[in-house]
Amino acid sequence: MKTLTTLFKNNVREYGMLIALIAVMVFFQVQTKGVLFKPVNITNLVLQNSYVITMALGMLLIIVSGWIDLSVGSVVAVVGALAGVLIVRYDVNWVLVVAISLLLGAAIGAFQGYWVAYLKIPAFIVTLAGFLIFRGLTIALLQGESVGPFPRGFQNISSGFIPDIFNSEGLHITTILIGVILSVLLIWLDLRTRKNQQKYGFEVTPFYFFVVKNIAITGAVMGLCYLMASYKGLPNVLVLLFVLIAAYAFMTSQTVIGRRIYAMGGNVKAAMLSGVNTTRLLFYTFVNMGVLAALAGLIVAARLNSSTPNAGDGMELDVIAACFIGGASPTGGVGKVIGAVVGAFLIGVLNNGMSIMGVGIDWQKVVKGIVLLLAVLFDVYNKNKSA
Amino acid sequence: MSDVILEMRNITKTFPGVKALNNVSFSVTQGEIHALVGENGAGKSTLMNVLSGIYPYGTYEGEIYFQGKECRFRDITESEKVGLVIIHQELALIPFLSIAENLFLGNERAKNGVIDWNESISKTAELLERVGLHEPPTTLITNMGVGKQQLVEIAKALAKEVKLLILDEPTASLNESDSEKLLGLLLQLKEHGISSILISHKLSEVNKVADSITILRDGSTIETLDCKKDNITEDRIIRGMVGRDMTHRFPPRERNIGDVVFEVRDWNVYHPIHEDRKVSTNVNISVRKGEVVGISGLMGAGRTELAMSIFGRAYGTRISGKAYKHGKEIDISTIDKAISNGIAYATEDRKAYGLILIQEVKNNITLANLEEISTRQVINEPQEMRVTGEYRDKLNIKCSSIQQLALNLSGGNQQKVVLSKWLFASPEILILDEPTRGIDVGAKYEIYTIINRLASEGKGIILISSELPEILGVCDRVYVMRDGKVVGEMPASEASQEKVMKYIMTQQEVMAQ
Repeated sequence: MKTLTTLFKNNVREYGMLIALIAVMVFFQVQTKGVLFKPVNITNLVLQNSYVITMALGMLLIIVSGWIDLSVGSVVAVVGALAGVLIVRYDVNWVLVVAISLLLGAAIGAFQGYWVAYLKIPAFIVTLAGFLIFRGLTIALLQGESVGPFPRGFQNISSGFIPDIFNSEGLHITTILIGVILSVLLIWLDLRTRKNQQKYGFEVTPFYFFVVKNIAITGAVMGLCYLMASYKGLPNVLVLLFVLIAAYAFMTSQTVIGRRIYAMGGNVKAAMLSGVNTTRLLFYTFVNMGVLAALAGLIVAARLNSSTPNAGDGMELDVIAACFIGGASPTGGVGKVIGAVVGAFLIGVLNNGMSIMGVGIDWQKVVKGIVLLLAVLFDVYNKNKSA
Repeated sequence: MSDVILEMRNITKTFPGVKALNNVSFSVTQGEIHALVGENGAGKSTLMNVLSGIYPYGTYEGEIYFQGKECRFRDITESEKVGLVIIHQELALIPFLSIAENLFLGNERAKNGVIDWNESISKTAELLERVGLHEPPTTLITNMGVGKQQLVEIAKALAKEVKLLILDEPTASLNESDSEKLLGLLLQLKEHGISSILISHKLSEVNKVADSITILRDGSTIETLDCKKDNITEDRIIRGMVGRDMTHRFPPRERNIGDVVFEVRDWNVYHPIHEDRKVSTNVNISVRKGEVVGISGLMGAGRTELAMSIFGRAYGTRISGKAYKHGKEIDISTIDKAISNGIAYATEDRKAYGLILIQEVKNNITLANLEEISTRQVINEPQEMRVTGEYRDKLNIKCSSIQQLALNLSGGNQQKVVLSKWLFASPEILILDEPTRGIDVGAKYEIYTIINRLASEGKGIILISSELPEILGVCDRVYVMRDGKVVGEMPASEASQEKVMKYIMTQQEVMAQ
C-alpha cells in the first residue's frame, strides 16, 4: 500500500479535486433524497453547466498564459443578442447566424487580444472595459427587451437530443452504444500511454491501480450514459462538450501550440528567447476565448429560447472560479483542461444541489466563495509542502 | 594606529554547491575610505551582504565587531540602527515619491503616525545642503538624473546617522563629472568622521580616494594594501586581483579552426527605453568554424546587450548593421529567424530568461525546436523522451528523471539543460553568455568540456565571460568591450590577464597595436 500513498501524494491535486467532487455529489444525493442522480436532473445539470465548461476551456488557456478575461459574460450576452436580433427581427437563416455569431466572437477576441498582446495593456483592464462595452452593446441591440422565440432547429443546439438510430422503446440504445465505444477508447488510450512510459523506463502506477482506475472511469462513463439513456438519450450539447473537451485536452497536452502556451505562461521571456512568438500566441489565445464565449452565448440563447439583456450576467466569475478550483495557477503556466472541467462540474453540482435543497441564491454565493478559497488554499499548502 | 571601527573575522558563507566566502577577515579603521576590489564573483557583494544583515546571523560562520561590540544582525534594519548603511548598485529609491518622502522612508518624522511635513522638509533641505545637492525637497526622484539620485541615497544614509557607509559600485552608471562630485563628497564625509567602504571596478578612482585597499579573490582575502605608506599602482592592484593557479582548470582542446562562419559588421544598437543612449557602437566581430571567441569586459560593458541584439533583436531599438553567415548576408530580425539561421543564444540569467522553471527538464530541452519532434504540430512524445534522454546522458545532466522539474536541479545541471536546449536546435553559431556563472568548479569543468567538444565538431562559439581566467583558458581569440565598443582584440596566445584587464580598466582609450 506504500506505493499507493506515494502515488496519491504525488497527484494529490488531481485526485483531491475529483474526490471533493464525488464527496459533494454523494452529499447532495443524500440531502436531496436521491433527486440529484435522477436522469432528468443529471441531464439538466449538464445543460445548465455546458456554457460554463465551454468557456472554462478557453479561460484555462488564458489563465495558463498568465492573464484573465473578465468580459466573457458580456460576450455571451452580446453574441446572444446579435443572434436573436438577426433570427427574429431580420429572419436570417439560423445556420448562417451561428456562423456569423462565431465570427463575431472571434472578432471580439481579436479586438481584446490586440490590446493585450500588441499594445501591452494588462488584460484585467482591457477585459474589464470589454465587460462594460459588450454589456452596453447588448442592451442597445435588444433595446432593453428580450427577443424570441427561436426556430426549433436553433433551440435544438442546447435542448435537443441525439436521435436513436435503433428507434427502440425505453432505453436509448445509441447512447449506450456511444458509452461503450467511449469506454473502450479511453481504456485503449490509457493502455497505450502506459506502454510508452514503460518502454522508456518511467515509473508507472501499479497494475492493480491501473485496473481500478479504469474500472472507475468506465463505470462513471457507463453510469452517466445509462442515466441519460433512461431519459431522452444524450443531449446534443453533451456530445459537443465531449468533442471540445477531448480536443482541448489533446491540444494542451500533445501539440506544439499547447506546449508553447504553457511555456509562455511559465516564463514569457524564456519562451520568447526560445523562438516562440509570444505576442502572436497570446493574441490567438484571446481569439480562441472569443469564439468559445460566442459558442456559449449561442447555447445560452438556445436554451432560454430568447436573447435577454442580462444573459451571462456574472458568468465570468463561475468560469474563472472553475479554472482556479481545478488547479490553475493565477501566475500562469499551470493548469489542466480536465481540472477546469472538474472545477466547473463542482460548481455546477453545488449550484444544482443547493437549488434542489432550496438554499437561496444568497447562501449559494457564500458557499461557492468558500469553496474557491479552500481549493486555492489546498493548492498553496501543497505547493509549500513540496517545495 | 587609529581605532578600528569594523572588524569582520573569519567569515565563511556557503551557498548550495558553492563556497562564496572562505575564512575572510576584513577591517576598517575609523575615518578612512577603504576600497574593496576583486573580479566579478570574487565575493565582494556577498561580504557586504553578510555585513549589512541581508544574510542574517546564523547563515554564515564568523564574527562581526562594530565599534568593539559583536554584532549579530538579523536583518538590514538592525545594521542600520548601529550606523551601518549600504547603498546598492541598483538604487533603492521610490521613483514617484519626492526626495523628502524617500529620505525618511521607514524612518518618518512623525508624531502618532501623522507625518510632520515641516520638519521633514526642513531636515531634508539641511541634508541636501550637506551632500551638495541643490534641489527642492519636493522634487520627484523620477525627474532627477542618476548622479543626483546617488546623492539622495547618501543623504538618506546621513538621515540615519551613518557611521560607516558602504557603496557598491556607486559610479558604475555615472558620467565623469558626477563621479568626481561623488568622490569629492566621500572625502568630505571622511573629514566629518564618516568611514566608508567603496566597492569599485574603476581602479583610477580607487587610487584617488582610498586610504587602504583590500583585494578579494575567489572568496578569500588576498591582501590589504596601505595607500598612505606605499605608492600603489593600478598594475599592482590588478596583479593581486588576477594572480592565481591556472593549471588543470581547463580541459585541453585540439584546435581545428576553419573559415569565418559568422560575422556582424557596423553593428549599432540603442537602449530600448532611453532611445538616445547607444549601447553598441560600430561593433565588428566574427567567429570561425571550430573557433571559440571570447568577449571580455565588465558588467555593463554592453556584451549581453550586443549578443541579445544579434539574436533576433531580442534587445534594443534602432538596430543597424549587417550579419553574414559563410559570407552571405542573413536576416536575423526575429528570434525565430535567428534560430532557423543556425544561431543560438544561451542567456546569462538562466532562471529568468533561460528556463521554464516550473516545467519538466524534457519540455525545456525541446522548446526551441519542437518541430523536430512533431508531425503536423502534434508532439511525438516517445520520440521526445528518447532525444531528451540522449541529451541527459551526453551532457551528464543529473536529474531523477527527464520529467523532473527544472526548478529542482542544481545550477550546473540547469545550465546543462539550457545548453541541451540549444544543442537540440542544432545551431552553427552558439553565443554563450556567462555559461559558468554561479556554478561550482566541477560543473564548470564539465561545461568547458562541452564547449570544447562543440568547437571540435565545427561550431563557431562566442563566449561572453566576466572571468578572465575562463576567457584565457577556453578561447582562441579575445575581444574586449567597454561602453558598448570593442576596444581590443587579440589572439589568446598573446593575451594575458594583465593585458586584458588594462583594456578593461583603463579610462583613456588605448587602441590595440
